[in-house]
Amino acid sequence: MSASSTADVPFEAKTKVGRFTDFVDERVGGSGILREFGRKVFPDHWSFMFGEVALYSFVILLMSGTFLTFFFDPSMAETHYDGSYTPLYNVEMSVAYSSSLNISFDVRGGLFMRQVHHWAALLFVASLGVHMLRVFFTGAFRKPREMNWVVGGVLLILAMAAGFTGYSLPDDLLSGNGLRIIDGVIKSIPVIGTYISFFLFGGEFPGTAIIGRLYVLHILLVPALILLMIVIHLFMVVVHKHTQYPGPGRNDGNVVGYPLGPVYAAKAGGFFFIVFGVIALMAAAFTINPIWNYGPYDPSPVSAGTQPDWYIGFVDGALRLMPGVVNDFHFEYVIFGQTLTLNVLLPALVPAGIIFTVLFTYPWIERWITKDNREHHVLDRPRNAPTRTAIGVAGFTWYCVMWAAAGSDLIATHFHVSLNDVTYWLRALFFVGPIIAFIVTKRVALALQRKDREIALHGRETGRIVRLPHGEFIEVHAPLDDYKQYKLVGFESPAPLPAQPNEHGVVTRKEKRRAALSKWFFEDRVAPATPAEVEAAHGHHEAIEGSEQKSLSH
Amino acid sequence: MKALSQKRRHPLAAIALLLMGLLLTGGLYAVATTVNQAKAETTTFSASDTEEGKKLFEANCATCHGMGASGTKDGPSLVGVGAAAVDFQVGTGRMPMQMNGPQAQKKPLQFNEDQTHQLSAYVASLGAGPAIPEEHLLDEKGNAAEGGELFRVNCAMCHNAAAAGGALTRGKFAPALADVSGKHIYEAMATGPQNMPVFNDANISPEGKRDIVTFLKKIEANGSPGGADLGSLGPVAEGLFVWVAGLGVIIAFTIWLTSRTS
Repeated sequence: MSASSTADVPFEAKTKVGRFTDFVDERVGGSGILREFGRKVFPDHWSFMFGEVALYSFVILLMSGTFLTFFFDPSMAETHYDGSYTPLYNVEMSVAYSSSLNISFDVRGGLFMRQVHHWAALLFVASLGVHMLRVFFTGAFRKPREMNWVVGGVLLILAMAAGFTGYSLPDDLLSGNGLRIIDGVIKSIPVIGTYISFFLFGGEFPGTAIIGRLYVLHILLVPALILLMIVIHLFMVVVHKHTQYPGPGRNDGNVVGYPLGPVYAAKAGGFFFIVFGVIALMAAAFTINPIWNYGPYDPSPVSAGTQPDWYIGFVDGALRLMPGVVNDFHFEYVIFGQTLTLNVLLPALVPAGIIFTVLFTYPWIERWITKDNREHHVLDRPRNAPTRTAIGVAGFTWYCVMWAAAGSDLIATHFHVSLNDVTYWLRALFFVGPIIAFIVTKRVALALQRKDREIALHGRETGRIVRLPHGEFIEVHAPLDDYKQYKLVGFESPAPLPAQPNEHGVVTRKEKRRAALSKWFFEDRVAPATPAEVEAAHGHHEAIEGSEQKSLSH
Repeated sequence: MKALSQKRRHPLAAIALLLMGLLLTGGLYAVATTVNQAKAETTTFSASDTEEGKKLFEANCATCHGMGASGTKDGPSLVGVGAAAVDFQVGTGRMPMQMNGPQAQKKPLQFNEDQTHQLSAYVASLGAGPAIPEEHLLDEKGNAAEGGELFRVNCAMCHNAAAAGGALTRGKFAPALADVSGKHIYEAMATGPQNMPVFNDANISPEGKRDIVTFLKKIEANGSPGGADLGSLGPVAEGLFVWVAGLGVIIAFTIWLTSRTS
């Protein structure tokens, strides 16, 4: 009403600041954007914040990285170190390594910033990984978010690329050994491998070009791509709205939570500084990548305990697990004068290939099996999708076996066991670990569902033991409140979907395969307690109590 | 005087003179060398040291190494291993060995300094071998940067670039080198204990070994300029730390931030 009456009178702000703001707003339309975004509702749960942690880590990476570029020189020209770290005084090294040492010892705050940058990088990829696990196990990748899941997967690969290119820049012994392994993997690719290696390194490894090239990738191309992907990712989050955990009043048509402004804006702003604070604290108190320990890169020495940063660890682990020969069976062949080195090619590319292929295609695989084409904005509790949860844990276990293998030497020294035995066990777990994990996880999920059903039907155990007059002991069960009850019964438990004939009335072979997978997916299921069942269970209790009362009374 | 002048043409005079000359030069030489060795007393063994060492050896070591240290199927011959080998193995508690295993482990010393000295004397008397290094090689005043280069090329593949140790095959390992005395580091290089190769003086010169000891002692004294070193174990320790401590603290904060509702 008031809006229409003031429409013909132009708005005039009373204060100077007001007039200034109004001037800007009339030209940019900021208040409209703010109104739209400020009213965006986000649900509240701690597990929804890992994406934020990754975003903030990335911002910290950009800031600390910019500082480092002021002092880093990516040249592989030879120099003699003359900085203040005496154990390396006058040692021949590349300018890149020398400038990294100078950042560490002779630039004010340089070591701290280097450590902030590196810890932030580790946290960036870690929080990205945890965020993806959360999305997977809660089924947040389902329609309409499949594309955004893929964007997230691309971000993970880009994060690994950013990490690896950065890891190699100081040109110390550790990172040089890492590059050497990459070079070996590239060269194991049949026919084109050696050419790619020569183009990448500008000649035979290590050459004099690689650090400069990695530097350009690290500070220009990869961060730009990450930024682009983050923008797409967040744009889609706004379009799709945020998912929410099941609860009373929450459905696929709404979002229950707080608006962005002012609550979330304040929380998110504060959370940025919390993440920054945690990283700064780690950087101040714990050393990371002490390059001065490793010395300059030289292709001849290889240090014990040489590992990549954690996110590349699974590839290193797979390489360590691969046997050179099995009895008399060799993995290296010479075909038409070309060497095919399967014991490098297989472990370096196949597990990573499988993991990322399944990761990218999983939303479509599940969609095909379940024929579920609806939009999902309410998440699954992991136990309520036992097969998906089991697949996820099996994949994660496989990853962890390879991950552990990257630290096999440290497992051997720290637990006083034989390195060979560690390798043998991990080789066995590489094959049986995921299977065991699948079975155990599925059974645990089903057991938890049964427990939920039991509680929904009979109430929670109060721990109060009552002795009846005739000597029987019973534990008193109390019914749940409606909110908790809803959580236990308000979920879907799809039954296997048998093979459907197509429009010609024919059941295709592909459809039969789908039906078989659907059976495998949903065969073992615990249906949520229906209202009738709950009613019957309560009635049952009352009937017993009633009869007891009767027996007491006479 | 007269008697002396009368006897100067005695047939034995020349021999007597020769004897006197030899005694003089020999005596002077002996004095000169003992002056040189005064700083490195550990390398001089008296006959009684050898004698006592023999008794100790027969009582404690001969079970495996055999009478006269000639070796049995349970232990190698020690003829020619030198005093340095004994000083290292016994001086770090590795010998006598507690049990058979992939390699002898460090443990509390079983013999005191004098007994170790006597055992070294006995084994050194059996055949020539690497001697206990002289004091000037252990003064930690060599070139640390040179030592670092030598260490990275020769030692880091087993002992880790930061000397934090590493795994070898079948339960064997290269130990961490922090808190190992310069003398024992030097002796290990010279004698190649357990699974370690021998770095003799032709391979790494005594000055090179001195540089390596200097380097190791220097990085040990330097500590970790960047804060707690997480065991100097490299990216595995760092990854573990960021997942457990870093993400752990972050998760605690996320729970705190969202604890108002739900």
